[in-house]
Amino acid sequence: MPSRRPETLIFETGRPGRANAYFANGPAPGELLPGEFLRAALPLPDNSELDVVRHFTRLSQRTFSIDTGFYPLGSCTMKYNPRINEAAAALPGFRDLHPFAPDGLAQGALEVMHELERSLAGLFGMSAFSLNPSAGAHGELAALLIAKAYFRKRGEGSQRTTVIVPDTAHGTNPASAAMVGYKVLSLKSDARGRVGVEDLKAVLGPDTAVCMMTNPNTLGLFEDHIAEISAAVHAAGGLMYYDGANANALMGNARPGDMGFDLMHLNLHKTFSIPHGGGGAGHGPVGVAERLVPYMPVPVVAKDEAGAFHLEFDRPDSIGPMRSFWSNFAHAVRALTYIYANGGEGLTRVSQLAVLNANYVRSQVKEFLETPYDEPCRHEFVASAQALKRETGVRALDIAKALLDRGFHAPTIYFPLLVPECLMIEPTETESKETLDRFVEALREIVATAKADPQSVLDAPVNTVVGRIDETRAARQPDLRWEPPSN
Amino acid sequence: MTQPLGLLYSKEHEWLKLDGEIGTVGITDYAQSALGDIVYVELPRVGAEIVQFAAIGVVESVKAVSDLYTPIGGEVVEVNPVLEADPAAVNRDAFGEGWLFKVKVSDAGEGEKLLGPADYDRLVAEA
Amino acid sequence: MYTPHTESDVEEMLAVIGAASLDELVRVPDAVALRRPLELPAGLPETELAGRMASYAARNGALGYTSFLGAGAYRHYCPPVVMSLAMRGEFLTAYTPYQAEVSQGYLQAIYEWQTYVSLLTGLALANASVYDGATALAEGAIMAVNATGRRAVLVSKAVHPNYRAVLRTYASGLELEVDELPLAADGTTDLSGLDGKLAGKHYAALVLQSPNFFGCIDSPGAAARKAVEGSGTVLVGVVAEALSLAVLDPPGAWGAAIAVGEAQSFGNPLAYGGPYVGFIATTKEHMRRIPGRLVGRTVDNRGNTAYVLTLQAREQHIRREKATSNICTNQAHCALVATIYLAALGATGLRRAAVLNLERTRLLSERVAGLPGFSRAFAAPVFNEVAIRVPAGLSAARVLSALEDRKILGGVDLCRWYPELADCMLTNATELTSPAEIEALRAALAEIAASAKETVHA
Repeated sequence: MPSRRPETLIFETGRPGRANAYFANGPAPGELLPGEFLRAALPLPDNSELDVVRHFTRLSQRTFSIDTGFYPLGSCTMKYNPRINEAAAALPGFRDLHPFAPDGLAQGALEVMHELERSLAGLFGMSAFSLNPSAGAHGELAALLIAKAYFRKRGEGSQRTTVIVPDTAHGTNPASAAMVGYKVLSLKSDARGRVGVEDLKAVLGPDTAVCMMTNPNTLGLFEDHIAEISAAVHAAGGLMYYDGANANALMGNARPGDMGFDLMHLNLHKTFSIPHGGGGAGHGPVGVAERLVPYMPVPVVAKDEAGAFHLEFDRPDSIGPMRSFWSNFAHAVRALTYIYANGGEGLTRVSQLAVLNANYVRSQVKEFLETPYDEPCRHEFVASAQALKRETGVRALDIAKALLDRGFHAPTIYFPLLVPECLMIEPTETESKETLDRFVEALREIVATAKADPQSVLDAPVNTVVGRIDETRAARQPDLRWEPPSN
Repeated sequence: MTQPLGLLYSKEHEWLKLDGEIGTVGITDYAQSALGDIVYVELPRVGAEIVQFAAIGVVESVKAVSDLYTPIGGEVVEVNPVLEADPAAVNRDAFGEGWLFKVKVSDAGEGEKLLGPADYDRLVAEA
Repeated sequence: MYTPHTESDVEEMLAVIGAASLDELVRVPDAVALRRPLELPAGLPETELAGRMASYAARNGALGYTSFLGAGAYRHYCPPVVMSLAMRGEFLTAYTPYQAEVSQGYLQAIYEWQTYVSLLTGLALANASVYDGATALAEGAIMAVNATGRRAVLVSKAVHPNYRAVLRTYASGLELEVDELPLAADGTTDLSGLDGKLAGKHYAALVLQSPNFFGCIDSPGAAARKAVEGSGTVLVGVVAEALSLAVLDPPGAWGAAIAVGEAQSFGNPLAYGGPYVGFIATTKEHMRRIPGRLVGRTVDNRGNTAYVLTLQAREQHIRREKATSNICTNQAHCALVATIYLAALGATGLRRAAVLNLERTRLLSERVAGLPGFSRAFAAPVFNEVAIRVPAGLSAARVLSALEDRKILGGVDLCRWYPELADCMLTNATELTSPAEIEALRAALAEIAASAKETVHA
């Protein structure tokens, strides 16, 4: 049980000379370099190894995780992170390989990257994937840079200035578009929560560069008119971009490439079980249709006729590299391990069961919470606390905090913006029926408590190491680091 | 609440008080309440030429950001010095202590495009 | 795999939902339905899976060679205590700490990372990490562009070539100009004429890296700093080898307003290039322009110290197209590894490690550049890398190839990015490079040079 006593900062403990002797002692830096280049002081604490162990062990105990409990964050796909993936990534043959190792001496690593790339291409119906981008948003940026380069090459660069984004889109979509100098046109979703074909056609034109969508969308609904949407965007000369955040819903069943998408990114840290690690590192491969292959970031992993692999940098139309080196390779290892573990049938079943679990929860939650869009969902669904708020004053935020008290992580709240007092629930396929039952019961009980004794929900959380946090003060008086005491 | 007298309003919930050729601008009480605890205000630079209804700054709360649109055009002559250290002044007293900036108005006729108190009250009631 | 559903579970759940089958739930319109099985081999049981991945790992021959490879990714000692803590399941499998009350541990760890980066770079504040050094530079340049309203960046040719390439990738999206400063003979940046170049107030940022790509200490002197200040240009300092911060004057001390770089050296394995961890630190003036997440310390409703993600209004999930950057997922776990590494080593360990790097590199430089025909390409003092000029008539490529035949990876061929340096290789020595390995390198080079001479005379 994590202690409520505040944890000291690592800087507040320690004494000079207390640290473990990991290295032999040597001369002072001043004997090796002219003094003008040396820093005056290194104000970092020396702590004993035991104190370091206790400090971070206690911090880990104050951190909720998938390993701790159910984590139904919509759009994040908090599935179990298999430990065999960790064992694979930790193999010295992978872990200690320098990125500048000559190609001939890195054939195993290059083959891993190649295998992963081929697997993803087949899974999602794209001609090729680049493993260069470091995260989903990074992959989005790469894709939009590819689009920009493509249009420039066709002489349409100054003409195609607009990126169309549904109002349910993840914030990274318009942010990425802005980083590539595109104007963003937000398209209102229709009454069914989808992109309306006629609404879209009304805003398509010669200035359309890219239409960015996800399918299923952030409401957990399948965009059933996607084929018509793609056709319309292509007819206007634009490109279709697939935000892969919700890819967990459709493996083995439908492929973005077959829906008409020309560009896409994946979040390997969502769909392919790479651990989230507190917010990263992720891995966001970008996929392209045939005509966009020349623009992919460098390097690309190429296979020659003899079956040997090498990194290819000489690609004149490439947008360039997105990062210092070639990929988040350790994550490529994890993802490939996961793909091999599942195989085609396994991944198909992953998506089926993800959808089953979401519908199982939804069909019960809708008895006591509003679920706008009254139809079966895909791998996630949205509920709204709007009515509950009007009746009792208890909002989505309060429900979230009450769930923390009951040992669950809260779902995603207040996204997408389209649904007021939104809770987005994505159980994932790795949860058992019993876990889902307990979650539904907890939610039911919270809603009942909200009606009977709203204040107790408004006071939540009370079982956690800290209560509700003064975020206003954090923003008004930013304290972003420990300061050494002025002597 | 009913608004103080003598003010004009924009549809974006800004208010304007004209005093000769100097206009004082702020956001309304309704706006500060909708935003929640304000943590930061980004204001135009003194000396900047601004155009009526253009986005010229930002009001930031913990969970939201709202663009500031000026209700009147002209040259910015003063910004409220208090807000750097105490953005909460806008929450406490949106019409008084929490004023945002002052403009040397270039065309007083632009005021005709703004709402009077009764019209603004109606706008808020319908929101 | 990893799905706990039995057949009866599925049946019961379908009954509750009121659906007839899984197929019904996942049905998509015919126009987009995939009608054939995925072209992937069948799933492997774990026994075979482990063997398969191990066979790939075994085919990376470089691991059996003595390595002097650096150039932006460094082989350092990471005490086992670091990974044993970082790989705890709570740290590994947590998400971004959006629900702060149940994430106090991770939030505090990130606050400690932010503090370490600020202290090491000598600047007021730092963010919770970015993808790597190259993207940190791109984001830092964008900060300068936003701060000044200028659309051009001046960057030294001595900045890591991959970082400059990534800067250009980002710059092409935003239509920013990128101009370069040449190298001086001693391996530093040629800053002559800087006054003139900056006087036009054209550049948002001047970007310098120290130690630079050649390992040379390349911080600007007083005159250059004056030119920067006078022109309203933002000085961006790049650090690709974070361990150098243990002993060298940091960017904050030599006038940088924004420090960007790579912290892979702090405990993160080489891993064939990633994931690594970038950092950005800056002054209070630029606080609101910094991209990515920030953890702040505040209090909870009982008056206890509490940590929370703050200033989120800058970020994409709120600001959307007006965000400071599109970054969402960062490198949190790699930053955690770095934080635990720094905590374990302490100032004492960090300094000792850095001194060993200096010593071994000095030894390497003396032993190798001391060979007939070999020399140091550059005279400026270095941290842990040195550019070695090979004997006349040879190329670095030939020498490196011959070293490879002797199971030594001698360094990187500078010709790859600097055609005028075709006779130079960049060689790195760290605390893990033993004197014996340096002797072996020397002996191999002596042999290679000798047999090349014989070939010429034959």
